Amino acid sequence: MGSSPIGRILRVMAGLCVAVGLYLGLVVAPPDVTQGEVQRIMYLHVPSILTAYVAFTATFIASVVYLWKRDPRADAVAVSSAEVGVIFTGITLATGSIWGKSTWGVWWTWDARLTLTAILFTIYVGYLMLRAFAEEPQAAARYGAVLAILGFFDIPLNHLAVQWWRTLHQPSSIVRPGGPSIDLALLVPLIVNFAGLLLLYAYYMVERIRLERMRQRALALRLTRGRRG
Amino acid sequence: MVVAEVMRRTWAMTWKDVRVELRARERMNAMLFFAALILFIFNFALGPDLSKLREAAPGLLWLAFLFTGMLGLGRSFQAERENECFEELLLTPGDRESLYFGKLAGNILFMVMAEMLILPLFAILYNLEIWHALPGLLLVAFLGTVGFSTIGTLLAAMTAHLRAREVMLPLLLFPLTVPVILGSVKATEALLSGAGLAEASHWVKLLAGFDVVFLVVCPLAFEFVLEE
Repeated sequence: MGSSPIGRILRVMAGLCVAVGLYLGLVVAPPDVTQGEVQRIMYLHVPSILTAYVAFTATFIASVVYLWKRDPRADAVAVSSAEVGVIFTGITLATGSIWGKSTWGVWWTWDARLTLTAILFTIYVGYLMLRAFAEEPQAAARYGAVLAILGFFDIPLNHLAVQWWRTLHQPSSIVRPGGPSIDLALLVPLIVNFAGLLLLYAYYMVERIRLERMRQRALALRLTRGRRG
Repeated sequence: MVVAEVMRRTWAMTWKDVRVELRARERMNAMLFFAALILFIFNFALGPDLSKLREAAPGLLWLAFLFTGMLGLGRSFQAERENECFEELLLTPGDRESLYFGKLAGNILFMVMAEMLILPLFAILYNLEIWHALPGLLLVAFLGTVGFSTIGTLLAAMTAHLRAREVMLPLLLFPLTVPVILGSVKATEALLSGAGLAEASHWVKLLAGFDVVFLVVCPLAFEFVLEE
C-alpha cells in the first residue's frame, strides 16, 4: 500500500525532526553528572510517554464522538490512536527498563510511575483484544468506545491509589532525573524529540486511519453483497 | 415517583435472578465450592508456616474474594445468553438503568454471600484473629465488592457477546479495578494489624469515591452495551 501525499510529507518531517532531536540529545547535550551516558535514553523515554498520553486522550475523545454521532470515522480514529498509543507505551516501558537496570540495578521496580504506566499498558492492550474478539464491527466499535471511556475515568483513581500505595508505606527510591531545574541543553532535545514523535504519531495516524477506513468499506461491501445474493 | 418506579423495576430484575438461583443453585454452589478450594490451595502455595500465611492474609483474602466474585460475574448474563433472551430483556418496559442496577444488585448479593462464608473459613483454617476488626472488615468488603461489581457487571454484559468471553472478562476487569484491589487490600491490612478504621480511612474514602464515580458512569455506559 502506497502512502498518501500528506503521509509522505509527515514521514519526512518526522524523520528529520527525530534525527535532529536525537543528534542534539545523543551528541550535543552533555552527559548527566550522576547517571552518565545512560541518562540520554530520557530523550526518547519522556517524549514517548507524552505522545502515548496524547494518543490515549485522542482515543477517549474519538470514542465519545463515536457514541454520540455514530460516525465510523470517529471509530477509525479511536482504534488507530489506541494502537499507536500502545506502541509508544511499550517503548516507554522498554526504555525505562533499560535505564532502570543501569541506574537502579534492576530491570523493574514497583515504583508508582512504573506501575501506573504498566496498568495503562494493560488497559489498552485489553481494549485492542476486546475489539479483536467482537463478532461484528459495530459491536467492536461500541464496546471499544465504552471501554475507552471507562479507562479514562479509571486512570486518575489508579494514579491516586498507586501514589498512596508507594509513598505512604515505603519511602520512595526514585532517582529524579534532571533535578528541579532542567538545563536548556537538555530541554531543547527533549522538545525537538517530542515534536518529532508527535509528527511520527500523526504519520502513523494518517496511514492507520486510511487502512481502517478501507477495512470498514470492505466489510460494508461484503455485507451488502451477501444481502443481495 | 420516578425513583420508586426505577426501584420497582430494579427489584423485579434482581428478584428474577435470585429466584433462578434459588431454583437452580448453579452459581452459588460453584462459587462456594471454588472459594473453599482456593482457601485450601493457599496452604500448598505458601507451605504450612502459619506466620507466613498470616502476613499475606489481607492479599490472600482478597484474592479469594475477587476470584470467586469473578466466577459469579462470568455467570451473570449466562442464562440470558444461553436461552437467547437478551432481546426479551431489552423489551422490558422502562429504561435500561434499572436492568443494570438489577443485575448489579444480584451480583453484589451473590459475592457478599460468598464472602460471608470465605471470611470465617479463612479465619478458622489459618487461625486468624479477625473478630476484633469485624465491623471495619465488613465495611471494606462491602465497598470493595460494590466497586468490583459496578465495572464487573458492565463488562460481563459486554463480554457475554464475545468469542473467548471467559478469558476476556478478567483481562479487562482486573486492570480497571486496580484501585479497588489496592484500596481493599491495604484497608484490610490496616484493620487486621489492629490499627482500627481511622488508620485505613483514606483507603476507605478511595473505595467510596471509586464506587460513586462508577455507579454514575457504568449505568450510562450500559445503554450503549445493550443496544442491538
